[in-house]
Amino acid sequence: MAEPVLEIRNLNVDYGLGDRAVHAVRDVNLTLHRGEVLGLAGESGSGKSTLAYGMTRLLAPPGVITGGEVVYHPQQGPAYDVLGLTDRQLRAWRWAETAIVFQGAMNSLNPVHKISTQLTDVLKAHDPKMSEHSRSARAREMLKLVGISADRMDAYPHQLSGGMRQRVMIGMALILQPQVVIMDEPTTALDVVMQRQILGQLIELRERLGFSVIFITHDLSLLVEFSNRIAIMYGGRIVEEAPAATIYRDALHPYSKGLLSSFPALRGPKRELAGIPGSPPDLAGMPAGCSFHPRCPKAFEPCNSAIPVLGRPDTPDGAGRSVACWLHPAEQPVG
Amino acid sequence: MTSIQDAKAPAGEVVLEAIGLTKHFPVRRRLRDLFRRQHSAVHAVDDVHLTLRRGQVVALVGESGSGKSTVARLLAQLYPRTGGDIQLHGESTRVKGGSSFRAYAARVQMIFQDPFASLNPVHTIRYHLTRALKIHHNAGDDLDAALAELLTRVSLTPPERYLDKFPHELSGGQRQRVAIARALGAQPEALLADEPVSMLDVSIRLGVLNLLRDLKERLDLAILYITHDIASARYFADQTMVMYAGRMVEGGDSETVTQTPAHPYTRLLIDSAPDPDRLTGDVDPLEEDRGNGEPPSLINPPSGCRFHPRCPAAMARCSTDLPVPLEIGDAPGHWAACWLYDKAGAR
Ligand SMILES: Nc1ncnc2c1ncn2[C@@H]1O[C@H](COP(=O)(O)OP(=O)(O)OP(=O)(O)O)[C@@H](O)[C@H]1O
Ligand SMILES: Nc1ncnc2c1ncn2[C@@H]1O[C@H](COP(=O)(O)OP(=O)(O)O)[C@@H](O)[C@H]1O
Ligand code: SF4
Ligand code: SF4
Ligand SMILES: [Mg+2]
Ligand SMILES: [Mg+2]
Repeated sequence: MAEPVLEIRNLNVDYGLGDRAVHAVRDVNLTLHRGEVLGLAGESGSGKSTLAYGMTRLLAPPGVITGGEVVYHPQQGPAYDVLGLTDRQLRAWRWAETAIVFQGAMNSLNPVHKISTQLTDVLKAHDPKMSEHSRSARAREMLKLVGISADRMDAYPHQLSGGMRQRVMIGMALILQPQVVIMDEPTTALDVVMQRQILGQLIELRERLGFSVIFITHDLSLLVEFSNRIAIMYGGRIVEEAPAATIYRDALHPYSKGLLSSFPALRGPKRELAGIPGSPPDLAGMPAGCSFHPRCPKAFEPCNSAIPVLGRPDTPDGAGRSVACWLHPAEQPVG
Repeated sequence: MTSIQDAKAPAGEVVLEAIGLTKHFPVRRRLRDLFRRQHSAVHAVDDVHLTLRRGQVVALVGESGSGKSTVARLLAQLYPRTGGDIQLHGESTRVKGGSSFRAYAARVQMIFQDPFASLNPVHTIRYHLTRALKIHHNAGDDLDAALAELLTRVSLTPPERYLDKFPHELSGGQRQRVAIARALGAQPEALLADEPVSMLDVSIRLGVLNLLRDLKERLDLAILYITHDIASARYFADQTMVMYAGRMVEGGDSETVTQTPAHPYTRLLIDSAPDPDRLTGDVDPLEEDRGNGEPPSLINPPSGCRFHPRCPAAMARCSTDLPVPLEIGDAPGHWAACWLYDKAGAR
């Protein structure tokens, strides 16, 4: 496997302090390798966005990181912990090393500026010495890469469709050639036709420019198709992580299986859809033991008291995957 | 809830029918346009034909802005129509004013996409359901029993646990169940469900869809299921209709439409849907779309076939002649509005 570019170790994020705190991200261990697309799936409230904000230190109060490390491996030089950067170092690191496209980002473009200006402003902020001319050439090139023709450069956001605005946001994320791009539900608000076009373009760009992607969505069928590896989140924890095809064909965690059997298939024979009984857990009153146990069809004796740790399962392909479930006790914990 | 089992029509009978339904929204004109002759309008829905039958689900599929919600709102008589007709049991209907609307709503109910917005946050579930029962005079002698029955129907049991809760105390899926219960309080014959699960979590969507299916079977409801997720139409609807830029472009039984789509737009839609079996790597850019994934303007919709600027199979006549619904011939009732299927006409 390629070398790691971003390693999240034992990351914990709370909202609020003291007794009132809710633990939104719990002991998360996750590694992003160079050049890969890592998919992060889970239902609403499972902590996907909190994890993304946490690892980029963009959490707004009352969110606080209560522990862990986020180790970044730059292309040159030694690795460092992002959580230890000063504010100034952090500002340089964001966009240039790691860029983020947030949920609903297409609505966060500044309505009073032309899209070309918004792109050149990013360049200006990070490299004040760059000439006006090369800035605008770079912006034009980037927009072309994401499929926006030069004659739309001077459009204002409201003159563009949702899909085009989302392309602009992706262009903006890539303009400083970051190593890591984090995308939180980048296409959820778009139609399937537009979604496929944008994702196809992103994958192509990744091959050309060589960045890595953390792709967050609740649409597991989309992830199976577009990512190399998938991590499944439930109640603030990663409960399973494996190559995309392995998750699809042979998920081990009952929650992953439940998610997969919640999607009607468009092709092939009609499968019986089992779905997942019950409703997502409440962070304030997280069940003891495995937090999935009240909904789990396989729950047994240890599940309601002891938390299963994420680790290599005892399966033949155990080396390339991990799961947190008492049905597959960890041979070797992750992290 | 006493008369809910009363058969209002035999199974399969047509309950609600749209005939040439059309809706144009006037566009607010800028000052300098005022003196121009032509009045511009958003052609949101044009010449839509749709039949809802007792005990059947019809899915209406299409991208955002294609006019699906407008069709539902027209059928619910929340908007006046620009043209065409809406027939309830074969009789032309047009509501005027509160009492005729209530009479219509007693037979045709709508469920909205956003269960958060459609329930009033300051009122309890009991209040919402009581009101629905009373407006339509379905409370009977025992209000509590009627309320309990409504909640039981949508699997919110035991009912006492939910009756005195406020909407914010329920999950999204539970709120949507309450919205469905409220619609059932009218004892309708037809249910118009506009993206009823698209705001819900993946893990609970299935439960709500299964509930609707179950109600269709037990209460013999005629259901219009609006969605942009064509895979769910395959599972849940007997018939599937596809809409593009305000017009119906294809229809037939769901399995046929999703497995052997005929219209080039339906094919594009199906090829674009996520496909887990098409694993990473071979993400081929779509050749089926000559455009940029952009739907056309509905103020000046393309002439002829509205899909022609994006259609890979477009022919000369496509940009001038409006295609009529043509039979495909592979399955009974499968049709597409596309000149490719014009056996008689010159190609
Ligand atoms: N500012 C906040 N204060 C308190 N709790 C919060 C705050 N922001 C998020 N949370 C809680 O943290 C948990 C994780 O939220 P998060 O937004 O990370 O979920 P998500 O997996 O991204 O969900 P979605 O799929 O809906 O985007 C949720 O229970 C949420 O209610
Ligand atoms: N009240 C309205 N006034 C003006 N235009 C409208 C109105 N409602 C919908 N439209 C337009 O009609 C078209 C169809 O919209 P809609 O029925 O909401 O589509 P869908 O539900 O398929 O997303 C869109 O172009 C939309 O902008
Ligand atoms: S640990 Fe137990 S409850 Fe949790 S997923 Fe595994 S079997 Fe189910
Ligand atoms: S009528 Fe012509 S343009 Fe329209 S879908 Fe058929 S072939 Fe394409
Ligand atoms: Mg989120
Ligand atoms: Mg709509």
